[in-house]
Amino acid sequence: MPTMNMIQALNSALDVKLNDDPNVLIFGEDVGYFGGVFRVTEGLQKKYGATRCFDAPIAEGGIVAAAIGMGAYGLRPVVEIQFADYIYPAYDQLVSEAARLRYRSAGDFTAPLTVRSPYGGGIFGGQTHSQSVEALFTHVAGLKTVIPSTPYDAKGLLIAAIEDDDPVIFLEPKRIYNGPFDGHHERPVQPWSKHPASEVPEGRYTVPLGQAAVVREGADVTVLAYGTMVHVALASAAEAGVDAEVIDLRTLIPLDIETVQASVKKTGRCVIVHEATRTSGFGAELSALVQEHCFFHLEAPIERVTGWDTPYPHAFEWDYFPGPARVIAALRRVMEG
Amino acid sequence: MVDTALKRGRNAVVLSLHIPEPEGRPGDPADFSKIKLPEPGEVRRPPIEVEPAEIRDLAFTLIRVLDREGRAVGPWDPRLPAETLRQGLRHMVLTRAYDDRMYRAQRQGKTSFYMKCTGEEAVAIAAAQALEFDDMCFPTYRQQGLLVARGYALVDMMHQVYSNARDPLKGRQLPIMYSSRQFGFFSISGNLGTQYGQAVGWAMASAYKGDSRIAAAWIGEGATAEGDFHNALTFASVYRAPVILNIVNNQYAISAFHGIAGGQRSTFASRGIGYGLPALRVDGNDYLAVYAATAWAAERARSNLGATVIELYTYRAEGHSTSDDPSRYRPQEERERWPLGDPINRLKQHLIAIGAWSEAQHKALEAECAEAVRAALKEAESVGTLGQSRPSAKEMFEDVYKEMPWHLRRQRQEAGV
Ligand SMILES: Cc1ncc(C[n+]2csc(CCOP(=O)(O)OP(=O)(O)O)c2C)c(N)n1
Repeated sequence: MPTMNMIQALNSALDVKLNDDPNVLIFGEDVGYFGGVFRVTEGLQKKYGATRCFDAPIAEGGIVAAAIGMGAYGLRPVVEIQFADYIYPAYDQLVSEAARLRYRSAGDFTAPLTVRSPYGGGIFGGQTHSQSVEALFTHVAGLKTVIPSTPYDAKGLLIAAIEDDDPVIFLEPKRIYNGPFDGHHERPVQPWSKHPASEVPEGRYTVPLGQAAVVREGADVTVLAYGTMVHVALASAAEAGVDAEVIDLRTLIPLDIETVQASVKKTGRCVIVHEATRTSGFGAELSALVQEHCFFHLEAPIERVTGWDTPYPHAFEWDYFPGPARVIAALRRVMEG
Repeated sequence: MVDTALKRGRNAVVLSLHIPEPEGRPGDPADFSKIKLPEPGEVRRPPIEVEPAEIRDLAFTLIRVLDREGRAVGPWDPRLPAETLRQGLRHMVLTRAYDDRMYRAQRQGKTSFYMKCTGEEAVAIAAAQALEFDDMCFPTYRQQGLLVARGYALVDMMHQVYSNARDPLKGRQLPIMYSSRQFGFFSISGNLGTQYGQAVGWAMASAYKGDSRIAAAWIGEGATAEGDFHNALTFASVYRAPVILNIVNNQYAISAFHGIAGGQRSTFASRGIGYGLPALRVDGNDYLAVYAATAWAAERARSNLGATVIELYTYRAEGHSTSDDPSRYRPQEERERWPLGDPINRLKQHLIAIGAWSEAQHKALEAECAEAVRAALKEAESVGTLGQSRPSAKEMFEDVYKEMPWHLRRQRQEAGV
């Protein structure tokens, strides 16, 4: 089986879908001839022609509006928003239009688009290339939100997202495009090739939306994470010497509540980790759900380890990024509690 | 044929999706043959009171002052004293030296990111000189020349690029996203187009207050596709805001040629026409033309006649940023073939042609600017480069709000800073 990094795996997913389905087409800023600023669409225009993979004007609202129109016609557009930090001009189209088209037309029109966007920090991108925007979408009824953490999942989830009949926000943790990152920025970068989930089949397969993965089994505490933070959580659990069960949520909406619930009922403790700002972050929703579903099993207060409630500051990359030190401290606190 | 086809409810042809293509790609020769250039001096200069509808043609031509021999010709010649021209030349040479040095600093790992304005220096610098010091500028990341021309200290720009302990923006912003109220330089946003409408609002406020200051904004041709651009033109037109709306058409938006922003069907200046705004299309590599057009628009704005759109036609001579490699998407030799030359060379040639400059003086100027950059860099690096030196980590939590709410205070404690 070939070894792929996350960029190659995403490219392979797009390749598979362009090949399988003439209704799939791709557009976004710089995605055509150039192949995207992160190279995710590299070679696709050459292989499938300019009408299947093309550059869009710098107008995120226009990109999503056009994708909704195409979806209503019957196509399956996959659009790229160059950085999640630039998705806001498209927010009205996503929230008021894509999310509600099925509902308000009683199923007469739908918007089966996939919006791919690199997100998250750890790259010294400053406040406009580092944001984690997931909660802005999980809050909206009618949108699905998906975040992969490995090349294997990235490909399978992206194919599932494209085949899904509802609009999907597909956020790609750009810090781990080229290799897993456990938060130890002072150590050398690891390539994906050393990670088992870099083995990616060539052809079509899916990782179903709405299914979390238990990436480390444990008895003492459940860690809920997604994206880059899955790798930080795994490293932190190992370093803390805590028998943690680490769950990679993979899809935030619809959430795999069964897997979460079964784990927390088993461990009795829960730590939630995300890069996004804390207040009204997705961790708040997770915390409420765990409390509702597992209250009588909890042996310690639920902990959240998150980005601070500030913009992402350039000079303070590693003070802001919720790295291993903070995750380990939270694990220790819940174990003592 | 067409008639019967339509009668049967069919199209005359099968529909097909159009995707714009540039004239050339890597490996192709640079082809600028489609660019039509009027002769320098040929375009008329209307009085500022002119009705916008009477000068629609100015959105489709190109205002040029400098001819091939470096002479200033025609009605747009701003007839500037030689001293002003020499200052303009110095600002441009200094900006280029600064850019080259900071680009190298990024390559040496001293900072995370850098963007040059090479080949586009006249766009910012001639405008800065045609405006008053207290007029408010709403720039993009490619108008560092405004700061240089207004005398902002190079070393402070470097501190910002290094996010070091003396960074005026306290380590919070990406390199080159400068901000200085004192120098009339609005905080640069990484989000394209957002500042355009804000410039209009600032200008409306100035009008509301009976002030004399005007605003000027810049946007790339690529970003004119954003809704914010069109919002700005609507407001500028409706309220006759005293603002100059510059569009810098440097042909590229990262890898996307101007046609992806709609540049093949009409000019970017012509966007103004639909909003009833006067629109000028100007050779952006011609310092004198940029100066003259800016001065014309500024005089209109100061006479309460409202906003002007100016397209500055230029060429992005280098990569989009330190993260870019233009050899992957455009013909190699475009830069040398650009029909409107280089703004520094052209102003230098003009100064020499009028007997106000010499090769020897130019060499001395280059050496002086290189030395100014070197001295500033030495000072900046004595404070530190990215990661070696930084503001107090406390700064991470300041200025989110005027007064820090309890939850941020708690987070700051938790962060131990
Ligand atoms: C809203 C938004 N979308 C996308 C980007 C990413 N981006 C940064 S610069 C750029 C190209 C801008 O081109 P143009 O407006 O022509 O200006 P130039 O860089 O050529 O000066 C893009 C797409 C962004 N910064 N903001």
